[in-house]
Amino acid sequence: MGMTMTEKILAKHSGRETVAAGDLLISQLDLILANDITGPPAIDEFERIGKPVFNKDRIALVPDHFSPCKDIKSAEMCKRLRDFAREHKITNYFEVGRMGIEHALLPDSGLVAPGEVIIGADSHTCTYGALNAMATGVGQSDVGAAMASGTTWFKVPAAIKVELKGKLPRYVRGKDIILTLIGMIGVDGARYQSLEFFGDGIGELEMSDRFTICNMAIEAGAKNGIFPVDAKTLEYLKGSVTRDFAAVEPDSDAAYTREVTIELDELVPVVAYPHLPENVHPVSEAGGIRIDQAVIGSCTNGRLEDLAQAAEVLKDNKVHPDVRCIIIPATQEIYMEAMKRGYIDIFIEAGVAVSTPTCGPCLGGYMGILAHGERAVSTTNRNFRGRMGHVDSEVYLASPYVAAASAVMGRIAGPEEVIK
Amino acid sequence: MSKVWRYGDHVDTDVIIPARYLNIAGFNELAEHAMEDIDASFAFNVSRGDFIVAGRNFGCGSSREHAPMVLKVKGVKCVIADSFARIFYRNAINIGLHVLEIGEDVEKIEAQDQLEVDAAKGEIRVLNKNLVITTRPLPEFVRKIADCGGLINYVKGEKTE
Ligand code: SF4
Repeated sequence: MGMTMTEKILAKHSGRETVAAGDLLISQLDLILANDITGPPAIDEFERIGKPVFNKDRIALVPDHFSPCKDIKSAEMCKRLRDFAREHKITNYFEVGRMGIEHALLPDSGLVAPGEVIIGADSHTCTYGALNAMATGVGQSDVGAAMASGTTWFKVPAAIKVELKGKLPRYVRGKDIILTLIGMIGVDGARYQSLEFFGDGIGELEMSDRFTICNMAIEAGAKNGIFPVDAKTLEYLKGSVTRDFAAVEPDSDAAYTREVTIELDELVPVVAYPHLPENVHPVSEAGGIRIDQAVIGSCTNGRLEDLAQAAEVLKDNKVHPDVRCIIIPATQEIYMEAMKRGYIDIFIEAGVAVSTPTCGPCLGGYMGILAHGERAVSTTNRNFRGRMGHVDSEVYLASPYVAAASAVMGRIAGPEEVIK
Repeated sequence: MSKVWRYGDHVDTDVIIPARYLNIAGFNELAEHAMEDIDASFAFNVSRGDFIVAGRNFGCGSSREHAPMVLKVKGVKCVIADSFARIFYRNAINIGLHVLEIGEDVEKIEAQDQLEVDAAKGEIRVLNKNLVITTRPLPEFVRKIADCGGLINYVKGEKTE
């Protein structure tokens, strides 16, 4: 029996010829990630083991969730992360002013390459599958142990084959693809499994779309999502990844529990209603829903292409008087490039609040918390109850096109209503 | 007498422990907010030895270990669910909180039931209904982690052997 992409990577990292779904194994790790929330408890666990770090270059620590620190408690947590990074001479510690949201920052910094195994104490670590890595979120005990050993245990996941076919219509992006998929299979449709992407439709997707899609694999319950490597991937990696890497392709006789086909031509912009990412509806049916806030950013949709889409909509338009629109570039580099391209001018002229990189409102941390009864359209990845603030507030998930158009219209709207 | 706290499908990590409290570093203080957004009475009324019984995909969402941890700190003896989200399940094992996945049998357990649970054997007795629900025991490797009281102890033990 052949192997899937995920199986091939895990076989190689556990020193085996072959592995199959259900096998338990110990895998070598190429990169280990923690942030300002999960880092401090991971460090506590690490210190209980009483060993040195396995490799100071293969640990990434990113204070991004409540940082720049929103209060004394978060300042204490960031300090713990910073002190640890200094003490152990961690190469990839990213300070405020040089940091970004971890899942945009690490791939852009060349820390992720095809065929690698990466764990992070953050559920959206699965984002890096866009670069053909086997990447998954774990808890802080796992990260604490792995910082000492450079290894972790995995159960090899079964796989779902997702075939993307055809051409992407105008204004339909990666966010619409992944929300449509989650709507089809449900928030536990890929539980314990990997989502493996195939098909001629992949060539249609920018890297930003692929990151968005893999980012939300967890929202279907998946362990990881993974794309094959093509010319666009190699172009993205050029210049940033200088070490050797070995991309994997699936064997033609690899086993899948299920095959799902998505005809890209048939997709429309969609929005996920509260309080689950699977409550997916076409934007065209959501027109009556008034909003109080629009958020464009996060590890899902805070990349340059996402900001370009928002700028396309907001150019020569104004944010609706009843709406607060908040845009958060995911990294400093993206922020700067958006500035050079004039996007930031467009945003501020439209009446948007633009923020330094942070997770902020995505997890209801700060920088745009919702009050009782308020409603937001957001390019983030979760619309669970209370996720962005008060337990009686609501989050609708959508693409940057839809979020920006909704900000202008004051209600959920598609970009074609605004772009003339 | 131990209680059963009965919840539905897709209980996510944001309701188990809302992210707005994650700047609190101490687990005891944090645990005062456990389940707050779906059940404000839980943190006040839960007692040591109680059970949580829930539907599909319990613990979906974030990788925060704070979620199983606050339940453990609150004294929850075992979480029993139709199914668990992957990271929550892994984290629960890693910190030594018992979890049992029993599929649709979960429908047979109601809020007022009296349970006796042997997590190692994968056995749940519903005393007042004279009912025994069994499930696959954990894989041996995973059981070893649980027996050591969690992953860190397991790793420490392994290194000093
Ligand atoms: S942007 Fe949101 S989902 Fe992404 S890492 Fe930050 S809090 Fe998590």
